[in-house]
Amino acid sequence: MNLLFEQTLNGVQFGVMLFLLAAGLTLIFGVMRIINLAHGAFYMIGAYGAALVGERTGSFAVAALAGLAAAAVAGLVIEYVVVRRLYARDHVQQVLATFGIILLVNEGATILFGRQPLYLPIPQLLSGTVQIVPGVPYPAYRLAIIAAGLIVAIGLAAFINRTRIGMLVRAGSTHREMVRALGVNIRLLYTLVFGLGALLAGLGGLLAAPLLSVQVGMGEQILILTFVVVVIGGVGSIRGAFAGAMVVGVVDTLLRGFLPTLLHRVMTVSAADALGGGLSSMGIYLIMALVLLIRPQGLIRAAS
Amino acid sequence: MRVRSWLLGIALLVTAASAVEAQAPVKIGMITTLSGPAGYIGAEIRDGFMLAVDIEGGKLGGVPVQVIVEDDGFKPGQGKQIADKFLKSDKIKLITGIVFSNIAGATVPDVLDAGAIYVSPNAAPSNFAGKDCNKNYYVVSWQNDALHESAGQNATNLGYKKAFILAPNYQAGKDALAGFKRYFKGEVVGEVYTRLDQTDYAPEMAQIRAAHPDVVFQFHPGGLGISFMRQYQQAGLLGTIPMVVAAPSMDTTILKAIGDAAIGVNVSAHWNADFDNEANQKFMTAWRSKFGADRLPTFYASQGYDTALAIGAALKGVHGDLGSTDAFRAAMLKADFHSVRGAFKFGNNQHPIQDWYALRVEKGSGGKPVLKTIGKIMSNHGDAYAKECKL
Repeated sequence: MNLLFEQTLNGVQFGVMLFLLAAGLTLIFGVMRIINLAHGAFYMIGAYGAALVGERTGSFAVAALAGLAAAAVAGLVIEYVVVRRLYARDHVQQVLATFGIILLVNEGATILFGRQPLYLPIPQLLSGTVQIVPGVPYPAYRLAIIAAGLIVAIGLAAFINRTRIGMLVRAGSTHREMVRALGVNIRLLYTLVFGLGALLAGLGGLLAAPLLSVQVGMGEQILILTFVVVVIGGVGSIRGAFAGAMVVGVVDTLLRGFLPTLLHRVMTVSAADALGGGLSSMGIYLIMALVLLIRPQGLIRAAS
Repeated sequence: MRVRSWLLGIALLVTAASAVEAQAPVKIGMITTLSGPAGYIGAEIRDGFMLAVDIEGGKLGGVPVQVIVEDDGFKPGQGKQIADKFLKSDKIKLITGIVFSNIAGATVPDVLDAGAIYVSPNAAPSNFAGKDCNKNYYVVSWQNDALHESAGQNATNLGYKKAFILAPNYQAGKDALAGFKRYFKGEVVGEVYTRLDQTDYAPEMAQIRAAHPDVVFQFHPGGLGISFMRQYQQAGLLGTIPMVVAAPSMDTTILKAIGDAAIGVNVSAHWNADFDNEANQKFMTAWRSKFGADRLPTFYASQGYDTALAIGAALKGVHGDLGSTDAFRAAMLKADFHSVRGAFKFGNNQHPIQDWYALRVEKGSGGKPVLKTIGKIMSNHGDAYAKECKL
């Protein structure tokens, strides 16, 4: 029972990480109709910014701010230079351009920082374990990630639904031309939305940095899953991104944790682990296929 | 008069030509992993190898060498492509350097099929030690299983009864768990294969906790090892369940990344920086003067160095002529060099027969954690596949 609880917590933590990325991606696609393959690059930039500053200063708080700033600035710059010209173009050209950005950012990071991975230590305060359920000491840092993700989710929902800018975002995603006709500076709105998406991705990156290693190409690994989350949850909907992220995170982790053990009974350990690993990676895509078949607009329709 | 000066000119030309030919350096191709989380391993092997070349002033065994280093990027396909290029375009007949067994599995067969020679400074999967052994394939590091057999023996010696074991799902990972189980006399309460590209081990930590073992054995080389150890510590397991590992899971780079939290981990290895034999002292002094006292060599560097010495001894035996691989083999198998590990000889399957030592991470004199040698686990230990090899 404890094992199930701990694995579920792991799944929730993974889901929260995916949500941070998926929220930004779904906003960008929902509002601006841009397929942004470079979203993973912001994740990496956030992680790199935090790791580099963390190494110099030793303070996680400063490193976190640096990571956020780096990702936000990168987002604004890329929007101004590249993405701005893509709004009127078709999706293939958007994919090509943002793919080019991924290559540029990856090679740039390799040239600037080398190929060795960087590491960011966990802040002292969170380096212990917490026994939420007796017998399951869970890493405090992962609990903090879950908490941070939930706060961001609530904040984002409030932002979209209760503020003026949020209203403009919702309007812009429904009917761009009308918003423009009403005299709203749609360009500035897009830049802000893009920057916000990049910021969220950077937050995901810097939160993940102490757990995983910060290396070139870390964004691509998680980007594919992020797209799956957005498709499952429903494009353009933050609530959908949250639901999709939780489904993907928990299902993937539980499958990875329990399927090999179940298979141990019928085959050798190495084969069971290989098959279990393969099946659990497939599981997410099977769910995506099911969702596309049964409810193609996603679990939660975009809040229009 | 003119005939004499003509003859003199021709004689000089011929001497010069043959002299130039005699000095054409032997090309050695090094395919190794220089990028990604395990990139430092390839860099260490290369640096250890080139240190030996530098000490002899660009030669090995008195024969001038030219070492061409390429990065396989931890991709078997890329390793294969580089080997192709070495063999076909650069006409290289002596190749070395591969770190990972999956890359070796894709690359080494091509090298051997082309009639070239491969000397491994690290990867040594079990199939090449047994039924697929080849007279042009030599290993200077260890045989994969044997490395982990030493850890299994170490765990038995330390009195542990229930072990939970983990390794990535590739040839060396399978060799690791097989080797450990061969010499561990207790009960294995959990056996897990992780993914080679996995960075998040939270599910595995939960499984370890649920199984209640006495000891954990894990084989995760390079950056994987750093991630695993950090997450083991974050999950609160490092203080509660002791760990017994083989050298790749706690090399000096991993130790530096983990810090004091690693104190108490038991490691088994064939080499440590504090060995006091003459060859090792020469190696350590040369290393310190080239790279500074702050950069401690890992055992990968010692293996790169030993590989260069082994190749040098063979080149000396054939006077730099790689025309006959049989002559090279005869010279190589004599192992006429002083290994930094101490005792070293080749077995019938051309893998090492050597001693294994128990190390432990302890607080060093400088206040930082270091690997200290505490005893010997096995002497003159070969490997379990030698009898399957027909050589």
